[in-house]
Amino acid sequence: MTDVIGVPRSAGGADRNTSEPSPRHVPGEPGIWVLLFGDMMVFTVLFTVYLHQRGARPGLFAESQGALNRTLGATNTLVLLTSSILVVFATRALRRPELRYLARPLTLGGAAVGSCFVAIKAFEYHEKVAAGITPSTNEFFMYYFVLTGLHLAHVIIGLIVLTVLSTLAGKPEPTSTHMAFFEGGACFWHMVDLLWIVIFPLIFLVR
Amino acid sequence: MTAVVRTNASLIWFVLCGLTVVSWALGVDHGLGEGHHLPASLAIFAVAIFKVRLVGLYFMELKTAPRVLRGIFEGYCVGLLGLLIAMFVFA
Repeated sequence: MTDVIGVPRSAGGADRNTSEPSPRHVPGEPGIWVLLFGDMMVFTVLFTVYLHQRGARPGLFAESQGALNRTLGATNTLVLLTSSILVVFATRALRRPELRYLARPLTLGGAAVGSCFVAIKAFEYHEKVAAGITPSTNEFFMYYFVLTGLHLAHVIIGLIVLTVLSTLAGKPEPTSTHMAFFEGGACFWHMVDLLWIVIFPLIFLVR
Repeated sequence: MTAVVRTNASLIWFVLCGLTVVSWALGVDHGLGEGHHLPASLAIFAVAIFKVRLVGLYFMELKTAPRVLRGIFEGYCVGLLGLLIAMFVFA
């Protein structure tokens, strides 16, 4: 299946030469969803462990949470949402031959905005360490650094994926394989966004 | 460029940003008074999972995915909300 996107395909193939995917279209290669749901399940286990530990020491967790900068956490949510919508726009642009020239700058724009998350998180970690707060301070901060650190690793991997996708987006005639790879990479980036949408309220807000 | 931006996902982005601000406000000062964190926290969890669902359906395009894939995702959202609330309240 290496037909060029934008050229009508024979019966049985999904037509990807439209702004919206066809009904019942699997975004990306089906296998990517095993990875995505697997990753989401791993984080779900970590959320459960965190809440279990919180239940044992609610006072300590609530008091420690007060040392976190909630405004930076909310800002990072807005950063990832904005990066995600740019990648959505890039995917739409890539599907339409007349708009394909926008796909690469939009993907790079998504990566540039996404990299702000790393900068903000680095500032946040610096703030904590400067205040003498480390993973060994107490149980809450151990989970804070583990959960946000693991997520940060996903952000960095996602930024590398977006950089690779930007080269695909620059192809004048992407094949359906290229398109599936692009969609799968975009879904990985959206999953990074999705995970932060849970981590932010879990660690920073609820008490 | 207008053709790229004119999509339901753009509207969803505005909703998601608005809900983020609501959650942040609830988390910082929920206005329910001290000792009433529980209802505010449950509301924050519900908003978070609603946002997760919107990202999945509109950004990841699961709204138009095969029913099985969409069903797994919808099930994940329901399960995650139940798990978070149960662990938060009863753990």
